[in-house]
Amino acid sequence: MPDNHGPYLIRGARPLGGDPVDLLLRDGTVAQIGNDLEVPEGVQVVDAEGLIALPGLVDLHTHLREPGREDAETVETGSRSAAMGGFTAVHAMANTHPVADTAGVVEQVWHLGREIGLCDVRPVGAVTVGLAGAQLSEIGAMADSAAQVRVFSDDGKCVSDALLMRRALEYAKAFDGVVAQHAQEPRLTEGAQMNEGCVSDRLGLPGWPAVAEEAIIARDCLLAQHVGSRLHVCHVSTKGSVDIIRWAKERGCDVTAEVTPHHLLLTDELVEGYDPIYKVNPPLRTEEDVLALREGLADGTIDVVATDHAPHPVEAKETEWSNAAMGMVGLETALAVVQRTMVDTGLLTWEQVADRMSAAPARIGRLDGHGRGLSESGPANVVLYDPAAPVDVDGTAMVTKSSNTPFRGMTLPGQVRATFLRGVPTVLEGKNA
Amino acid sequence: MRHLLSTGDLDRDQATLILDTATELAQVGDRSVKKLPTLRGRTVVNLFYEDSTRTRTSFELAAKRLSADVINFSAKGSSVSKGESLKDTALTLQAMGADGVVIRHSASGAAHRLSHWVDGSVLNAGDGTHEHPTQALLDAFTMRNRLGTLAGLRVAVVGDVLHSRVARSNVLLLTTLGAEVTLVAPPTLLPVSVGTWPCEVSYDLDAVLPKSDVVMMLRVQGERMNESFFPSVREYSRHYGLDGERLGRMPEHAIVMHPGPMVRGVEISAEVADSPRCTVTEQVANGVSLRMAVLYLLLGGS
Ligand SMILES: [Zn+2]
Repeated sequence: MPDNHGPYLIRGARPLGGDPVDLLLRDGTVAQIGNDLEVPEGVQVVDAEGLIALPGLVDLHTHLREPGREDAETVETGSRSAAMGGFTAVHAMANTHPVADTAGVVEQVWHLGREIGLCDVRPVGAVTVGLAGAQLSEIGAMADSAAQVRVFSDDGKCVSDALLMRRALEYAKAFDGVVAQHAQEPRLTEGAQMNEGCVSDRLGLPGWPAVAEEAIIARDCLLAQHVGSRLHVCHVSTKGSVDIIRWAKERGCDVTAEVTPHHLLLTDELVEGYDPIYKVNPPLRTEEDVLALREGLADGTIDVVATDHAPHPVEAKETEWSNAAMGMVGLETALAVVQRTMVDTGLLTWEQVADRMSAAPARIGRLDGHGRGLSESGPANVVLYDPAAPVDVDGTAMVTKSSNTPFRGMTLPGQVRATFLRGVPTVLEGKNA
Repeated sequence: MRHLLSTGDLDRDQATLILDTATELAQVGDRSVKKLPTLRGRTVVNLFYEDSTRTRTSFELAAKRLSADVINFSAKGSSVSKGESLKDTALTLQAMGADGVVIRHSASGAAHRLSHWVDGSVLNAGDGTHEHPTQALLDAFTMRNRLGTLAGLRVAVVGDVLHSRVARSNVLLLTTLGAEVTLVAPPTLLPVSVGTWPCEVSYDLDAVLPKSDVVMMLRVQGERMNESFFPSVREYSRHYGLDGERLGRMPEHAIVMHPGPMVRGVEISAEVADSPRCTVTEQVANGVSLRMAVLYLLLGGS
């Protein structure tokens, strides 16, 4: 990318939805912010009238599938997809083949991300060897590696053994790490296919009770507080979970939590036609849960929005419900879904969106150079977003290698127009630069 | 009506039309020449992913009595068992020009999925723990034949409701037809949201029996015991099994039904199974007429 390193002058963008200003991006930083900035020699001007400027988004939870499932996604296609969604950093979950449970695998993923250079890829390390839930993986080696892993998770599987979870929480403390728990009591969810309730009972699909999530969250909050460790709860999906996390925070537990865009918008009623495009773990819940999640995100009980971007090849979804894979792609629609569910409803300001989608996830992941807001001499990680550009969602038109979007056929209110990673555009005019 | 996927899709008129048509077609079975030319030139595919000789044979006989060409596409020994996806199988059937596909599958919703991939009519012959519409229709047909009417009829459905596609289809259909359904089971074998279903629920079979016109016993698999749904087969049958003594507590006109196959000694005693008040074999015979009616109504239009 020889000639797109800038500098760039962004003309008339509205930082955090505020009044329009110009931003000069030079040498990887925001060099100047002000009105009617002069255009220095050799600067490329980006007209951003009407666009909202946000700090580059940070995703705590994606599945980039490499190594092992390059048919679904690669670090490269995932990075492109992330950039299209306005992300400048993403965490890549450990459930690859092989599992990211050694320094070698996390460094491989980290190097791939660096070479591609479209977005900072932070590997997540597995908590247990092979995600088997039996033996701690070498958390220290992964933390000390070039990848500098700080988030550890067996995501896809729950660290269900209470003693092992306690040890993981304690051990990760030495490296300022956080254990991100996929809260799913395994016995209560054997063969589970969708949220347990009226719809599952009618459809004859084995139910996934809310208590299977809530019981683990309650246990883990108590454990984390007991040993004085940081706990992060992945993809909170029920009202009860929000209540428990609110209670845990009140009593001083160092817990953070994330919610996915799809859990902020979609309900289990969509399963009615048995289309596995709506099959996901944790499952889509009820309207009551959706409203509680939005409220929790608004009042800060839930700290971040994370996509749980989970690409799958077509054949994994074009099948009977019970045979289909769980998961949905989400990077390219995240910001628009948050606008629709949180901003357009008056629950969050753009400033708060920047907190939930950039500052807070960067803080939880201990990610330097991201989530620092838009300020002079700060890193030039910027996303320009048009909140008034409705788009009809079409999975096949996305840049992710897969197309399993549950928002297919819906109209979302806005689009990312440009993304800058350290002053270099990864997306311009709504296309990968 | 293009497909028959769920009895919940049928309104009262449609359901009644099916039963009335079955009544007419039942007379064909009594004739010496049992065939009607109605579906001549039409192709019906039986796509069975689960072994069920009874249901498959019933559909086959029904289609043949209407002069349709019948292809049996069973999971065993075909490309289906070699990992071919349901979608690819659907495309194959489509290419063969199937006018109707009768599908039995262990996955709930398989019939729904199939209906998106073929142009012909899809007939759900049992999908996982979801529904079994023709079973419920033949049950209703049997009740109407025996007791004259369905409106106001008190029907107890007893047993493993949670895993029963027969129960789901029956609750929806019988409610539509004006019957009053009571589900009887231990709480472990009832769905958690059963309180929202259009029926009554009881844990006490003995309390329900005297007020029932029909007692439908569902099959209970002994393996459920290993999953802690109940402590032992003996305790289950003590509480929810139908034996001669309990039969004696039912009103004299009341009948005993069972979708088969029965597990004698678990949910039903041999004495009850062999009693003239038990309609099991009648249900089998009615199944053919009822399935003829459904095939006729789905495929018979020009
Ligand atoms: Zn997960």
